[in-house]
Amino acid sequence: MIYNMDFETMPREALESIQLRRLQTTIERVYATVPFYRKKFDEAGLKPSSIKSLEDLNRIPFTTKQDLRDNYPFGMFAVPMRNVVRIHASSGTTGKPTVVGYTARDIQTWAELMARSLAAGGATGEDIIHNAYGYGLFTGGLGVHYGAEKLGASVIPVSGGNTKRQIMIMEDFGPTILTATPSYTLHLAEVAKEMGVPFENLKFKYGIFGAEPWSEKMRQQIQDMLHLVAVDIYGLSEVMGPGVSIECHEAQKGLHVFEDHFIPEIINPQTGEKLPYGQVGELVFTSITKEAFPVIRYRTRDITSLNPEPCICGRTLVRMQKVTGRSDDMLIIRGVNVFPSQIESILMQIEGVEPHYQLFVDREDNLDVLTVMVEVNPTMFSDEVKVLQHQERKIASEIKDYLGVTVTVKLAEPKSIARSEGKAVRVIDRRKI
Amino acid sequence: MKVEQISIFLENRTGRIAEVTSILADAGINIRALSLADTSDFGVLRLIVDNNLKAETALKQNGFTVGKTQVVAVAVEDKPGGLHKILEILKTARINVEYMYAFIQSGINAVMIFRFDNIDKAVQVLLENNIEVIEGKKLYTM
Repeated sequence: MIYNMDFETMPREALESIQLRRLQTTIERVYATVPFYRKKFDEAGLKPSSIKSLEDLNRIPFTTKQDLRDNYPFGMFAVPMRNVVRIHASSGTTGKPTVVGYTARDIQTWAELMARSLAAGGATGEDIIHNAYGYGLFTGGLGVHYGAEKLGASVIPVSGGNTKRQIMIMEDFGPTILTATPSYTLHLAEVAKEMGVPFENLKFKYGIFGAEPWSEKMRQQIQDMLHLVAVDIYGLSEVMGPGVSIECHEAQKGLHVFEDHFIPEIINPQTGEKLPYGQVGELVFTSITKEAFPVIRYRTRDITSLNPEPCICGRTLVRMQKVTGRSDDMLIIRGVNVFPSQIESILMQIEGVEPHYQLFVDREDNLDVLTVMVEVNPTMFSDEVKVLQHQERKIASEIKDYLGVTVTVKLAEPKSIARSEGKAVRVIDRRKI
Repeated sequence: MKVEQISIFLENRTGRIAEVTSILADAGINIRALSLADTSDFGVLRLIVDNNLKAETALKQNGFTVGKTQVVAVAVEDKPGGLHKILEILKTARINVEYMYAFIQSGINAVMIFRFDNIDKAVQVLLENNIEVIEGKKLYTM
């Protein structure tokens, strides 16, 4: 079902004219209200009036995660706090999160885009949605929740964790749509199997999965194990949250970007040069309707390409391919963003711990497992095993406290972690996604 | 009355202990007593050797983390109840044993190495109860 026929199937020409008008309004607003953008524009010799066509977007400098970090927590907000009705946050590169805000109208926009997304994924107002995305500072849970209500569906706000209880709810409440991270979805399937609950007896028809990269192979696995049609949803809190783009269940081939709210571009991550349709590069977004936290040419670091070909579902919106990688070293562990530099700064704060570490990422029983190897040094060494084990637990608990991600800490012999010239190999990702 | 023990951090990898013994052999060091405490990931090798300084230097040169701890060596009568007698004394005095390990001195006594959290009190109690506490110098060359 297409939730908003007017905007989702609009002829390109009309869409582009709306985009330009909205872009110009956004640029005027951020120039007037966000010192960061005014400074960037002034440095580039641009005025809001310089933006006369969509091509002029090219002239505007990029915004990076570092810029958001420099303006922590509220420096990028374009409205006074009294107009902000919601705050979300995602982890940043130094342990400080990236903070985003929403006005009442932003929340309505987001709900509309999530309603569109759920509908594109197969949901209708008649469905019961089992929402296993985490509720909290993470945008996943509440994002889906508001969209489900807007669509008129019945939403079960089950959030993440407590897996056995989730299976019981699935059996007893009969939800028809599942929303979760793909890795947690596979975990749900395994636990259901252990409990002797066959998924084919449940009522699921469609699943809408995202917040972490997943492959076509994983889609097949999910569809086979859960007996539903699986689609990919994309979003990031800096741009809005889930619902920036969505796969339609008809084609399952690329994610439609809601271009009446966000302008996507693909750039060469090394040169910043804009790339044409079809070429693979880094995805960049400009929000054109957001009030509290507009972003101009925000570099997502996600690697993909754009496809403008018409889709069998009838939507005229451009499609981005499934995200295949990142142009930085960010890891996504069970939906939580983790940068090696964050782990490093936490280790440095623990007395006696040196920043010689290596991260191993594995997928065990379909869940991401992050192992942190830390070298033992004379300060932290003890002849007593319990003291060393206490050190391991202490490091793990510090990381859990700061980043919200559960890790296994293993002590390693001194000098056993390879020192490389220049950039150290910090991460060994052994997941086969 | 105290004995110096050296301890080494080891990852659980094949041949890792052999590397330690090879370093010690090359340095001409004799191992008097040894114990290995292990977890699934790592182990701590504890050694009493005849020349601590030489052993420590050789191991550190080869990149090992070496710790030093004061322990107590106690002569245990080599007969049933020999160890129990000592543990009863410690229990009565409410002295906690962190860990212990033994080696047998051929023909004479068994020697038990104790790691206490309160070593001074432990030595005092043992001496008061006429238990033979072996001096470091004697142990290293026994």
